Amino acid sequence: MSGLAVRAVPLLGALAVWAVVAHGNAWLGVVNPVLLPTPLEVGRAGFDLAASGELVRHFLTSLGRIAQGFGLAAVTAVGLGLLVAMCVPLRLMIEPVIEFVRPIPPLAFLPMFLVWFGLGEASKIAFIGYTTFFPMFVAIAAGVLRVDVVLLRAAASLGASRGDLVRRVVLPAALPGIVVALRVGFGLALFVIVGAEFMGADAGLGHLIMEGRTFFNPAQIVVGALVLGLLGSLINTLLLATERRLIRWRPEA
Amino acid sequence: MPPKIQIQRVGKSFGAAERATPALGEIDLDVAEREFVCLLGPSGCGKSTLLNIVAGFLAPTTGTVLVDGRPVQGPAPDRGVVFQEYALFPWLTVSGNVEFGPLLQSRPAAERRSTVERYLNLVGLSAHADKFPVQLSGGMKQRVAIARALANNPSVILMDEPFGALDAQTREVLQDELSRIQRVEHKTILFVTHSIREAVYLADRVVVMTSAPGRLKQVFPVKLPEVRDRFAPEFTQYEADITRVVREEVAKVRE
Repeated sequence: MSGLAVRAVPLLGALAVWAVVAHGNAWLGVVNPVLLPTPLEVGRAGFDLAASGELVRHFLTSLGRIAQGFGLAAVTAVGLGLLVAMCVPLRLMIEPVIEFVRPIPPLAFLPMFLVWFGLGEASKIAFIGYTTFFPMFVAIAAGVLRVDVVLLRAAASLGASRGDLVRRVVLPAALPGIVVALRVGFGLALFVIVGAEFMGADAGLGHLIMEGRTFFNPAQIVVGALVLGLLGSLINTLLLATERRLIRWRPEA
Repeated sequence: MPPKIQIQRVGKSFGAAERATPALGEIDLDVAEREFVCLLGPSGCGKSTLLNIVAGFLAPTTGTVLVDGRPVQGPAPDRGVVFQEYALFPWLTVSGNVEFGPLLQSRPAAERRSTVERYLNLVGLSAHADKFPVQLSGGMKQRVAIARALANNPSVILMDEPFGALDAQTREVLQDELSRIQRVEHKTILFVTHSIREAVYLADRVVVMTSAPGRLKQVFPVKLPEVRDRFAPEFTQYEADITRVVREEVAKVRE
């Protein structure tokens, strides 16, 4: 059996279980069938939303917010992570602050972002940026600190300047850690975009889901959730492939 | 001609002022141009510390090191270093590692290619140019590290127990190669080891250090032919003489 088939069988199995439970419920009437949509109903809802162009609009809106917020956070986290890891006084200044702010659940600050940035795009982008920045920054700085000092010595004795050390030793050595940090950060972006779009948004997959609740349309809720899941695994696969391409030198782990 | 390396009253202590533990006593040692000097001593005697000071990785607590009459301020490409743990860049291929130094000096591509070719050939790794370090054995990794140091054309090479992590057979093969390479390249080499046999096989001079804090105990000029026979009676005699002196120091550590 090919790798694809090995992955497809359990997925089809899960779909079958869902279908049996939903149709069984519809037939036996345990709960109101509207509360437990069948795969077919969800598929139809998805098709209708796609046909009207609504699904694409919501999808692109969410994707745009994630791309901007996550992109901003990623660039800042890589830059600051490198800087803080390599500059001891800066690290001593910043570390306690980060350690204090980091454990606060990001959603606790969501209303603050709405107060600061309003209901428009800026508040969502800023919130995703804020949420994803900390874990990425901490992981990247830790990765840079783990770079073997012997490699730095070897490069310095071959004539590397400070800039050479950053570009030719620290960056490539920390790259596996950076890519992992970006993957974690992206997962988190997907996680919080929904929350951000629940509150005061007029588009986006989170808004689509909330609309499903408002108009009592559970099938639409499931469509929104499934699309988010698909987006997440798609991006994750892309990042994994990038990682494998960039880090061919690593032993097979 | 002045000595290539002048180690002048160099001492090193670790830790804060009052509670500092001295690792290295005051060392005075000159190494001549093209000379191969082995530093030998019980573990913890500070021989690697001394090498790291000459490399510029550590600053001495007292004294100075001069190379070509200029004080050492930090690591620089005039002093190539070969580490026990190889220290190859795992993300670069074998040829990428060897090319690292010439690339930093912005040498033209054609020149870099011929340099890489020449030194990979010298260490017998031309067939493995496109492999990554993770695909190589320990002996091969250390050959790459030696080629990388040589390709940068340093006048001094500092080697910190370079063959310490290798098995006995590979170790002797690499000693043979290093001895052959030195007959071609004529570098000034400071080589740290705790193998007496290795020191007698390679060195023009063997410097035995005392137990911590390390000082010079005795210096043995090795007057053997360039190509050495490990089983010649003269070779064995040097081994015996040096062993006796080293043992006194090892015994002190045990007391």
